Amino acid sequence: MRLEPIPNPTALRRFGLPAGALALTVLIASALALLAGANPFATLGLILKGAAGSKFALLETLNRATPLIFTGLAVAVAFRAKLWNIGAEAQLYGGAIVTVLLGTGALPLPSALLIPVIAVAAMLTGALILLGPVLMKTRLGVDEVVTTLLFNFIMLLFVSYLLEGPMKDPMGMGWPKSPALDKAARLPRIVEGLRLHWGFALAILSALAVWVIQTRTTLGYEIRAVGLNAEAARFAGIPVGKVMVKTALLSGGLAALAGFSEVAGLKGNLTLDLSPGFGYTGIIVAMLALLNPLGVVISAIFVAGVFVGADSMSRAAGVPTYIADILMATALLTMVLALKLTTTRIRWR
Amino acid sequence: MDLLDILLSATFWAAVIRIASPLIFATLGELICERAGVLNLGIEGIMVIGAFAGWMAVYLGTGLWVGVGVAMLAGMLFGLLHATLTVPFGLSQHVVGLGVTLLATATASFAYRLSLPEVTSPPKITPFQPWEIPVLSDIPLLGPALFSQTALTYLAFILVIVVSLILYRTPLGLALRAAGENPASVEAQGLSVTAIRMGAVIVGSGLMAIGGAFLTMSAFSSFFFEMVNGRGWICIALVVFGAWRPGKALLGALLFAGFDALQVRLQQTPMGAVVPYQVFLMVPYVLSILALILMSRRAEVPAALMVPFNKGER
Repeated sequence: MRLEPIPNPTALRRFGLPAGALALTVLIASALALLAGANPFATLGLILKGAAGSKFALLETLNRATPLIFTGLAVAVAFRAKLWNIGAEAQLYGGAIVTVLLGTGALPLPSALLIPVIAVAAMLTGALILLGPVLMKTRLGVDEVVTTLLFNFIMLLFVSYLLEGPMKDPMGMGWPKSPALDKAARLPRIVEGLRLHWGFALAILSALAVWVIQTRTTLGYEIRAVGLNAEAARFAGIPVGKVMVKTALLSGGLAALAGFSEVAGLKGNLTLDLSPGFGYTGIIVAMLALLNPLGVVISAIFVAGVFVGADSMSRAAGVPTYIADILMATALLTMVLALKLTTTRIRWR
Repeated sequence: MDLLDILLSATFWAAVIRIASPLIFATLGELICERAGVLNLGIEGIMVIGAFAGWMAVYLGTGLWVGVGVAMLAGMLFGLLHATLTVPFGLSQHVVGLGVTLLATATASFAYRLSLPEVTSPPKITPFQPWEIPVLSDIPLLGPALFSQTALTYLAFILVIVVSLILYRTPLGLALRAAGENPASVEAQGLSVTAIRMGAVIVGSGLMAIGGAFLTMSAFSSFFFEMVNGRGWICIALVVFGAWRPGKALLGALLFAGFDALQVRLQQTPMGAVVPYQVFLMVPYVLSILALILMSRRAEVPAALMVPFNKGER
């Protein structure tokens, strides 16, 4: 067999194939539910209900979506330039560390000043964390996939050290956690009484900002050019190395905001389980959104809904909650295949 | 206990060989994939599924070697998925690899919870026992280290030789290396690049899964969610460090295992009382990054690594 490009794919092809990918994912979910001895329809219904069936469920989904929008954006920005940043997890924790460092009394500033200062400091930290692997890539040709992945493990150990050492909460009864943020450093709720904080709004704003950068600025154009064909971009006079570095700073900064928003908006302190793999899930979010920053918002809410829904379904129906992880990985793989098949056809001979 | 004591103890060298064993399997597996032109980032998840499947099979009552076979088959299945998506369809090897890692890890977690819903600590199996080779295992220092290991460890070392011989001494190895260097030349010989690459990824994934199974069936006797803990990513660094050659990769795995065994023991020394234990635990990951930097200048990357091949396209 060989693949042939299709110059002008039909609408059926462009929409039918991704829809088919989602249908296949749902089919696999049903099979897994059956395997676990549950009714597939009831299982899917429970997931849906747990994700969006009540005001509480919906707010929970939006809360869970917030860090995923940030990490999804981080991945989308980087992958667009074919910069494989798999280290959003490390950058997230970098942002979280700085948030605790500055938010526990180090800066005597009023809230309106303190929060932006912390956010910017968190972004800078995340950017710096990704700078290392990117310079290794542009200067030495070291593959950034492996280095960013390895950094995740180093970072988690570093956080563990901080939480058992210099950053340990003296009132924490021996638990490895940081002291709580001052009230001035906490992100307030958008509407009093509703459990949704300003981190969500910041995430939406970030998505808009990234969209503007990608579609309305020279940098956005350069990032796309580098991603499409680095050699051609170099030939056209685009400083590929510099564009890579700028992309990395943006990507790392966005991922760090996830840590900032989780600590300052939701948790109030830093623990080792701050992120249940938000950095890795961000890859799925970005790919399902076709690396489109506005799409990231939608796909993050969708992915968050599946995870939140699966949690509550698992309690009710007894199907292991890991069904959500299988679903998301399946959705990722079927979606990239569906997208390939919209622009190419298979010739058997 | 100081450094010299550590280096002169037989248990240290035995630990080096033990720690190196799963890395050798998985590094060989990755090396085979990459030599054929496919980067397999599914390695981390495939090691997890191998660790789970082998352990589960033995827990359900099969023999240890059948368990190894089950682990290998599970790995090959995910290898087939990876190969199908990346080779004939030419999808991004980065995205597919990460997707396969996520899928395999999630499958292992799901299957674990499904089969053992109530348990809080995973059940133990009787793992492979050390197999003392007569006479040789009586050599001081070297004997206990090299000749008092489990059968899987011996298999790992034998495989290094087998893979080297196949790669450099057989037509199959030549075709495989050519698929990773100059796929058009393989087609010109009338061979199928697609078949060679897919075969390499499937076989390589089987080896990765055995590496994972070593953890549950030889090193420990239970399955834990975080047990692979980045070993797959370290193996990818080892392939680069070994310049895509089995012998050098073995050397890298041993060197790496040496530092890993050393850091565990240094934690017990006066140094360990001063330096936080997390710093010791960082050593393997930091070393992997250093190895990548060191080898970056003289890397002999297969020329067609990560380049999809589409017949008839130039």
